[in-house]
Amino acid sequence: MAEDASTATSATASAATSAAAAAASPIPRLAWEGCSVLLDANDGDRLVFARLSPAATLKIGNKKCSLAPLVGCPFGSSFRVESGPNGPFLDRFVPSTLDNCAQDIADGQLTDDQKDNRSLVDNNTAQSLSSDDIDTMRREGATGDKIIEALIANSSTFGKKTAFSQEKYKIKKQKKYAPKVLLRRPSTRSICETYFKKHPARTGFLRVDTLSLLLSMANVGAYSDVLVVDMVGGLLTGAIAERLGGTGYVCSTYFGSVPNPIDIVKMFNFSSGVCSRVVQAPFNDLCSSQSTTDELTIKSDEKADRASSNEPFVQEEDSLLECGDEDNIPAIQKSIKPGKQPSPETIKYWKENGFSSLIVAAPESKVGKLVTDLLPLLAYSAPFAIYHQYLQPLATCMHKLQTSRMAVGLQISEPWLREYQILPSRTHPHMQMNAFGGYILSGTRICSSEAFDGIKK
Amino acid sequence: MMVPLDSSKKISFQRQICDGDLVIVYERHDIMKAVKVRSGSELQNRFGVFKHSDWIGKPFGSKVLSSKGGFVYLLAPTPELWTLVLSHRTQILYIADISFVISYLEIVPGCVVLESGTGSGSLTTSLARAVAPSGHVFTFDFHEQRAASAREDFERNGLSGLITVNVRDIQGEGFPAEHSGSIDAAFLDLPQPWLAIPSAVRMLKQDGVLCSFSPCVEQVQRTCSTLRSNFTDIRTFEVLLRTYEVRESKRADTTVEEEEEEGAAIGPPPQKRRQCSSTGLNPCSAERSSSVTAKPCATARGHTGYLTFARLGLREDQNAKTE
Repeated sequence: MAEDASTATSATASAATSAAAAAASPIPRLAWEGCSVLLDANDGDRLVFARLSPAATLKIGNKKCSLAPLVGCPFGSSFRVESGPNGPFLDRFVPSTLDNCAQDIADGQLTDDQKDNRSLVDNNTAQSLSSDDIDTMRREGATGDKIIEALIANSSTFGKKTAFSQEKYKIKKQKKYAPKVLLRRPSTRSICETYFKKHPARTGFLRVDTLSLLLSMANVGAYSDVLVVDMVGGLLTGAIAERLGGTGYVCSTYFGSVPNPIDIVKMFNFSSGVCSRVVQAPFNDLCSSQSTTDELTIKSDEKADRASSNEPFVQEEDSLLECGDEDNIPAIQKSIKPGKQPSPETIKYWKENGFSSLIVAAPESKVGKLVTDLLPLLAYSAPFAIYHQYLQPLATCMHKLQTSRMAVGLQISEPWLREYQILPSRTHPHMQMNAFGGYILSGTRICSSEAFDGIKK
Repeated sequence: MMVPLDSSKKISFQRQICDGDLVIVYERHDIMKAVKVRSGSELQNRFGVFKHSDWIGKPFGSKVLSSKGGFVYLLAPTPELWTLVLSHRTQILYIADISFVISYLEIVPGCVVLESGTGSGSLTTSLARAVAPSGHVFTFDFHEQRAASAREDFERNGLSGLITVNVRDIQGEGFPAEHSGSIDAAFLDLPQPWLAIPSAVRMLKQDGVLCSFSPCVEQVQRTCSTLRSNFTDIRTFEVLLRTYEVRESKRADTTVEEEEEEGAAIGPPPQKRRQCSSTGLNPCSAERSSSVTAKPCATARGHTGYLTFARLGLREDQNAKTE
């Protein structure tokens, strides 16, 4: 989805500065050249991921603007499209009342506002300014704000509207005639919300509260070794890597020969240290020899696929621009990309110690089989969380785990999230809400005594 | 140790229960208890007497037997389990709100976070996991005894390196000036959160996120009008969880579904059995089978509180190109 604007290949001085700043603060606060950003045009009307390479541009309406002015600006900055001698450009501005004007006017007076819509007639004659008039104004170099003023002055009904609907009117016109762009930092929250809003199918309809629950229920934190089946584009893998902060591992496993794509990981601006903790490994590599201690491990019939699976994850041309001046960084750390294969030592370590969490988000897979395959790789007393769009497969899976005594604390939950409009005398839930965030099966793997005896032998 | 501070402390096949460890004794999903293992101690419950000395050397996640042959499971503590077993000195936050707060506040390892009040420390424990290993949680409660109890809990759970508990009236005095401009995220659970907001503004870094939790909509209303002068992206949510119960119903059926083979062989768990009528099926070709069904639990938390999030707006004086 990223309207990714060309490639930046060389790390720059500004990137190095930001990397140094990032060491002190875990969250970068300024955009740097080559970083991944989320651009929010007109309060969420359009959400675009972009990379701040020198040549990157963004098309707003019919105007193409360079993204260069964004470099060095704090995340949270707002920009307006202005016209200059060299064409349209993005100009940073500080919103005067922090864009909360709708609410400001509301305080006090709105409560007593007696206006209503009895005199409004929808006959398309309220606006006396024609589109030709507006075009003329534009040609004469009127700013968006000027056009909006003219529209209000020429609207016969504007004065009859309530203060609240006047504000709504202004916002509507601002979006059209004075578009603005908000520079946002890509994080689990913003990336998950963006996909859920714009392309929910690409991330398995994973809602931000559901994703948050998966991470909590699976006890993901520093030094976790998280086993994951990520068929949601890398959103889950990235969210876990963000919580690991360069410790532990997130191991995205897959069945067959082709790793699941984890491209979304590249939008997080992870450092090399964090990227090196994101690995991909075929299930067969993780499970061999485990079957002696675990009765439920199912011998996989996919051995044939293994030969071809040694070269995982072909990276896109668009490289993850990593922090740091390449000359100053030891060769080993240079441009570590997420999704490498784990070293044999790491795999051996996991076989001996088990993973400390398991999260599955595989909307298209048979979840019951997946879980019985993967649970034996999990350390005793390690928690797991399984996401699915349908209830029945999770119910069947839960029952199977109960009867086979593989896990305790089993629970199926369905998160519910409602947003509210909070305004004086006008507080109510949003008229539109998402009614379904999927189901989660969570629990804790236990040590069946037989299995423990097996280890002791 | 609830939050590992190095990789040797995390849960693994090799981790065995040691003298002095905190374990969660699991009877049922709704009956659990936190117990500190002491070699001479015993645990007594409806299943009989359990000797701690029998537990030592067993892996976490083991089933252990009582003198009478009853059993429980011994689980490694996690912030989620802790939320279910901690002693309620105040109303606490539960997993749905907690997990959402951590994500929406964008807390990652290394972050420095403020919280007030500490309450029973349910959220604080999850905040500590999120900032570990290098970040820190500064939590404040005006109730001296409550702060002391929370501090004891954190110490017992091995979290004192990540959490500092202080006694302070944040509504009255604000957060300590020493944290000015150094805070990534702040969480308020106060009766009058709007009183603490001006102080939170001074503490937060640019683009830092604040969350206020209030049970009543009138509190939210006032909080939001105060937030509007310095914050952007002000959003209020309610987040709840619906849980499901799963049963196996015995019925006569003509087909055995593939995924049910195993369940049928082992049989239903005793507590979850339910007979269903088998009308409409041909008894001659019927084969005994089972089918697993799920329905929402009838009782649930209907409301916990409203979560209001806001991002500290950029001020004019924050020049774009300076660091």
